[in-house]
Amino acid sequence: METKNVMIVGVGGQGSLLASKLLGHLLLEQGYDVKVSEVHGMSQRGGSVVTYVRYGDKVASPVIDRGEADYIVSFELLEAARWLSYLKPDGQIVTSTQRIDPMPVITGAAQYPEELVEKMRATGAKVDALDCLALANEAGSSKAVNLVLMGRLSHYFDLPEQAWLEAMEAIVPAKFLELNKKAFELGKNA
Amino acid sequence: MKQLMLGNAAVARGLYEAGCSIISSYPGTPSTEITEEAGKYSEMYCEWAPNEKVAMEVAFGACLAGRRAFCAMKHVGLNVAADPLYTMSYTGVNGGLVIGVADDAGMHSSQNEQDSRHHAIAAKVPMLEPSDSAESLAFAKLAYELSEEYDTPVLLKMCTRVAHSQSVVETAERVVPDMKPYEKNIAKYVMMPGNAKRRHPIVEERTRKLTEWAETAPVNRVEMGGTGMGIITSSTSYQYVKEVFGDSVSVLKLGMANPLPVQLIRDFAAKVDKLAVVEELDPIIENHCKALGLEVIGKDVLPMIGEFSQNLVAEALGGEVHDGRVLDEAIPPRPPVMCAGCPHRGLFYTLSKNKCTVLGDIGCYTLGAVAPLSAMEMTLCMGGSVSALHGFNKARGAESEGRTVAVIGDSTFMHSGMTGLANIAYNQSNSTVIIVDNSITGMTGHQQNPTTGLNLRGEPAGKIDLESLCRAMGFNRVRVVDPYDLKACDVAVKEELAANEPSVIISRRPCALLKTVKHKAPLAVDPDKCRSCKACMKIGCPAISMKNGKACVDATQCVGCGVCEQLCGFGAFTSKEV
Repeated sequence: METKNVMIVGVGGQGSLLASKLLGHLLLEQGYDVKVSEVHGMSQRGGSVVTYVRYGDKVASPVIDRGEADYIVSFELLEAARWLSYLKPDGQIVTSTQRIDPMPVITGAAQYPEELVEKMRATGAKVDALDCLALANEAGSSKAVNLVLMGRLSHYFDLPEQAWLEAMEAIVPAKFLELNKKAFELGKNA
Repeated sequence: MKQLMLGNAAVARGLYEAGCSIISSYPGTPSTEITEEAGKYSEMYCEWAPNEKVAMEVAFGACLAGRRAFCAMKHVGLNVAADPLYTMSYTGVNGGLVIGVADDAGMHSSQNEQDSRHHAIAAKVPMLEPSDSAESLAFAKLAYELSEEYDTPVLLKMCTRVAHSQSVVETAERVVPDMKPYEKNIAKYVMMPGNAKRRHPIVEERTRKLTEWAETAPVNRVEMGGTGMGIITSSTSYQYVKEVFGDSVSVLKLGMANPLPVQLIRDFAAKVDKLAVVEELDPIIENHCKALGLEVIGKDVLPMIGEFSQNLVAEALGGEVHDGRVLDEAIPPRPPVMCAGCPHRGLFYTLSKNKCTVLGDIGCYTLGAVAPLSAMEMTLCMGGSVSALHGFNKARGAESEGRTVAVIGDSTFMHSGMTGLANIAYNQSNSTVIIVDNSITGMTGHQQNPTTGLNLRGEPAGKIDLESLCRAMGFNRVRVVDPYDLKACDVAVKEELAANEPSVIISRRPCALLKTVKHKAPLAVDPDKCRSCKACMKIGCPAISMKNGKACVDATQCVGCGVCEQLCGFGAFTSKEV
């Protein structure tokens, strides 16, 4: 199988590392070669962060480049827009509609663009946008946005739900498992 | 069993399997997880040392005693540890000694993007360079064999994309070699001129033998494909080359960065029509090829700056480049910022308000330089703030002494701020040093240090008392403030700058991200009381923004630190839901 590419983007501290860990585990269990590339250190402090997940028969590069992502999973709207050029022509964006102002917007040096979902769609990109923060809160914690997004992403993957559940059981700490399963279901069925 | 493993975790696994017993490191992105992961194996002794030089000397002592030892650091850490490294090259080892060094091309979390292969060449020490997690594990083990066979420390060079990428590894059992006997050997281990003169020829001979080894070693492998172009490459660049060209070109993949083979390269060059070198940062393999008289494509088409990627390699060497769609919209950048509730914020606000000249250091608090605080004017290297402050004040005199401060974190102070402080105490400048003590090494992801009272595994350990330490150096004026208390901060800064003797302010409050820190309820703004004066926006808190002309707190980020509340003249902030 040709290598498939998933980018997970967001703001440092939003929990993208757990999402990539889950995906990595899931895809390895399906027998794929997998590479996951993360960002640690300074960028994690509220900066724009990106994690690359690649899988297929044999994966070489650990990173995803412009025009290569089959999926962009975004924790925040501006970040989805920032990485849009990385999407494949027929790629799919799954994004939370949450909006977190970056410092240049907070200080008034820049504007947060309006109607980003519509503008991304106008380029021909397929955009699945949902209020993941509300769904995470419904599941019991604002920190469960990552699992809401994974639930939504599972729509587009041809994998049995059982495989996702097993990956969650392997990765998520036991005391948060029920909450995260609920978040996953809410995202999936949204 | 096949499993996904971070490159750094794979190095740790390699150390474990190789029977390494003693590990001493200083954290630094992207090297930190090697030692953190190693600490999870109870069979290996692991510690955080105060700095990389100490770490390397600890590892040397352990190898001298006969055990396999290791230390890890980031590229700039190797500068700190260069002193022991260059002479360990002469002494050689007893038990195997491996040094992990992680470069950061692209400067994800670094102050420069130096290429640490230069250190390997200059110190005349062999360097292995893995390109994924499986090689990280295998090369860590191989490094010990080389170390003991060739009587040399061995550098294991990581880079961000190898260190922080997970790929598939297969693990094996741990095999611990017998402890080597320690024998007194003054000629080998006491590097005074007479002895060192006899060791240097041994070093040169060793490099000759290692070059011979490199000619046929499996870590340097030829993958013949199309012969129109041959590419010599290493590390993560190898992965980009394979991604772009697959088998359509021939590849010489070098797993050993120093010394480089000669005949292997000549033979490879002879089999291909055109020769290219793909390496991040400096043209080290390329210059080696040119010294052999080979015509080679390299930095004439590839950058010396930043990281590579598949598109970059494709564009430079004629592969297929992927284009993406373009959004016709200005996307504001999102630089890293101090977290909501960061204890450094109140201090930097105070320094900014008092128009202080701030000489800074390396850590989360370097973000004090970012707008709107913009309260840092110099950051050079670990510990540099304290020593530079002394020089700055000596150059500009009393006018400067009354307004200039150094800001340095607790861990960075233990790393190399102490020596600068000793210089202030000794050579007497009227300098004010501020230690921002957040009770942890923050930027690298919460590692313990000599001031926290806990060791690498979180067990009780020695605890250096900063106040006593500064007093012991001769500072009469040492005071502690809570950076959440803006008034107390302001008084402390004003008084210590005005004082007629050197002083230390310890700005103490644990990192807001520590799990042990209890957060207060998030604040909210009463829009009826908010007068839109934006006084609260001056602290650059990511949880506060203006919505419809009124200040607004993001409850998912706010930890209730109350610094903004102290800036509001209208009592608009409240800790109850409005």
